[in-house]
Amino acid sequence: MSLLELRNLRVEFPTRRGTLVALDDVSFSIAPGEVLGVVGESGAGKSMTGAAIIGLLEPPGRIAGGQILLEGRRIDNLRYDDMRRIRGKQIGAIFQDPLTTLNPLYTVGRQLVETITTHLPLNPAQARARAIEWLERVGIPAAAQRIDSYPHEFSGGMRQRVVIALALCAEPKLIVADEPTTALDVSIQAQVIALLKGLARDQGTAMMLVTHDMGVIAETADRVAVMYAGRIAEIGPVREVVKQARHPYSAGLMASIPPMDRRVDKLAAIEGSMPRLSAIPQGCAYNPRCPRVFSRCMVERPDLIPAGPTDAACWLYAPGAPA
Amino acid sequence: MSDTPTAASPTPPAAMLETRDLARFFDVSRPALQRLLSREGRRTLRAVDGISFAIPKGTTLSLVGESGCGKSTVARLVVGLYGPTRGEIRFDGQSLATARSDPAQRSRMQMIFQDPYASLNPRWRVADIIAEPLRAFKLVEGRDAQQKRVGELLTQVGLSPLDAQKFPHEFSGGQRQRISIARALSSNPEFLVCDEPTSALDVSVQAQILNLMKDLQARLGLTFLFISHNLAVVRQVSDRIGVMYLGRIVESAASETLFTTPQHPYTRALMEAIPDLDMTGRSRIPVGGEVPSPITPPSGCAFHPRCPLANDRCRQERPELRPSLGAEVACHAVEEGRAILS
Ligand SMILES: Nc1ncnc2c1ncn2[C@@H]1O[C@H](COP(=O)(O)OP(=O)(O)OP(=O)(O)O)[C@@H](O)[C@H]1O
Ligand SMILES: Nc1ncnc2c1ncn2[C@@H]1O[C@H](COP(=O)(O)OP(=O)(O)OP(=O)(O)O)[C@@H](O)[C@H]1O
Ligand code: SF4
Ligand code: SF4
Ligand SMILES: [Mg+2]
Ligand SMILES: [Mg+2]
Repeated sequence: MSLLELRNLRVEFPTRRGTLVALDDVSFSIAPGEVLGVVGESGAGKSMTGAAIIGLLEPPGRIAGGQILLEGRRIDNLRYDDMRRIRGKQIGAIFQDPLTTLNPLYTVGRQLVETITTHLPLNPAQARARAIEWLERVGIPAAAQRIDSYPHEFSGGMRQRVVIALALCAEPKLIVADEPTTALDVSIQAQVIALLKGLARDQGTAMMLVTHDMGVIAETADRVAVMYAGRIAEIGPVREVVKQARHPYSAGLMASIPPMDRRVDKLAAIEGSMPRLSAIPQGCAYNPRCPRVFSRCMVERPDLIPAGPTDAACWLYAPGAPA
Repeated sequence: MSDTPTAASPTPPAAMLETRDLARFFDVSRPALQRLLSREGRRTLRAVDGISFAIPKGTTLSLVGESGCGKSTVARLVVGLYGPTRGEIRFDGQSLATARSDPAQRSRMQMIFQDPYASLNPRWRVADIIAEPLRAFKLVEGRDAQQKRVGELLTQVGLSPLDAQKFPHEFSGGQRQRISIARALSSNPEFLVCDEPTSALDVSVQAQILNLMKDLQARLGLTFLFISHNLAVVRQVSDRIGVMYLGRIVESAASETLFTTPQHPYTRALMEAIPDLDMTGRSRIPVGGEVPSPITPPSGCAFHPRCPLANDRCRQERPELRPSLGAEVACHAVEEGRAILS
């Protein structure tokens, strides 16, 4: 059974200018021990998907359709208190913004100890030892000396590692990680990724990993979902999606990865920008930018269909598409 | 982006920014009572400890190095957000303090912060955030002209002029980062400090922003101090690179020189830790050993506990930057010819 399953999730934002649909018909599942990478255009809805799963959509955003299931039980309709218990113990969240997770008024140690004692049967002294252990595991130097520091006394990358330690210390079954390694240098990044992978392998922890770093995706994810304008454009095994994307948007994205081995004058990029939520074009949302657009793309919206080893929301893979 | 001046050029090009022996320490002592009870002294963290560099006009210097090595502290020092504990900063030939006290000079420098959440005022509309430097420095007069400029800037960073009326919380992380880029560009600065400007962006928008930076540099001669963990990005934009370790520069070289012939053992380890897209499923080699504490740094060369080439001299004597094969390297092994380049 999947540990996490999203069925046709729809998230709306009622605004004065009308209702914005931020997520539209998003479905996927993650098995125990599996890492699903989520990539895509900035603003596509990756963080929103994560926020919906952990029950922390910012109002007025709300789930307007579909279901979220954790171990087969619905969690999208739980009361706030029930969801809060699940969030601490069963789902660990690593946010894009470390400042929303860390309380600037408390020391790092106090925040870790509080989380540990809330969810695990440990006394304060044991919890403190455990907290130091976690800080060491995420690569904070001199953890025992620095546990009593305040968040602002840490560098950007060190704060992010504290957030990672906070999410992991209650030993959750599912980790929703939103750009966990963005602020980290390559070396600490490798360490954190090894840690996350180890948890998936050894404890069967499932993970949704949102990141822009394709290197991290290539190393960590089993499968990848590519999002565009509130929908999944393509989903499939990591190697297929990164190396041989079927959807024209995924292909354009992968072609934009800056080369490591040489310097180029002008970097490849997809022309234009993603449509605003209030002005999503009819048909395929990618049609104004797509190099392979054809007549059907302008009128009908594609759903995910098999495109070889991946599923892609693109009419090129439907019968009768132009060669 | 432009060619790095060679030693042969007749007059050295004017530096937009220059630092000499720049240092910044933080007092990280525990509260007085706790200190008294546990009989410990004051503790000083040497975030930046003696850094000298010059960025010629129209070029890009990048700083790379492990998290916590002091990059953001350097960035904050050079735009005057922190005062130096020691050393000197010169902006276009004048002392930074003098430059900062003159609004006309101040408007020539801007910074893009590592954390887009902390740097945007949540109660202001995007239009006001972006136009703030225009107003503060009286650069564009009149509401209409301002609105037009804000619209142009939003379009340049891949957003829409219609986004001007929204608040920061209505945007995704990467969209917010683009707002802070638009804001930094609004006063047409000549010197821009970019602290991880694109790490919150998808690779396609990142490419658009990097192309925009390169284009501004080619057309208007902008000077950049650039900070990023992504070495592929650093390679695309830099003329020179300074590799930092624990508050000091351990290697400084022209960008291509550094990537083709890294010399310092730390630089070489850093290059080996780069994620490889082809390695699906396999792991890379992190720089081995413990990250040292900046409060009690190792003696001699701060890298010695993790360095495969360390010997007794390394444990006792701190290496200084010395010229080596067209770069500057602070390493005894390199100086003694013990570091075999592969
Ligand atoms: N409070 C809000 N009101 C209206 N729209 C919002 C609000 N919060 C987010 N949005 C919009 O919802 C969309 C999805 O945002 P989300 O944060 O999920 O993007 P993302 O894929 O995580 O992007 P990034 O890679 O930049 O972090 C964006 O277009 C954003 O502008
Ligand atoms: N205000 C402060 N008070 C105390 N210590 C600080 C302060 N600001 C930074 N430090 C410390 O100085 C060191 C350098 O921090 P800095 O933010 O410059 O690192 P960085 O190289 O930018 O790291 P990152 O890549 O993680 O952003 C770190 O050890 C950090 O904890
Ligand atoms: S459906 Fe049409 S427009 Fe959309 S990605 Fe496929 S080919 Fe391009
Ligand atoms: S000085 Fe010694 S310890 Fe430091 S990097 Fe060079 S060889 Fe290694
Ligand atoms: Mg996001
Ligand atoms: Mg920093």
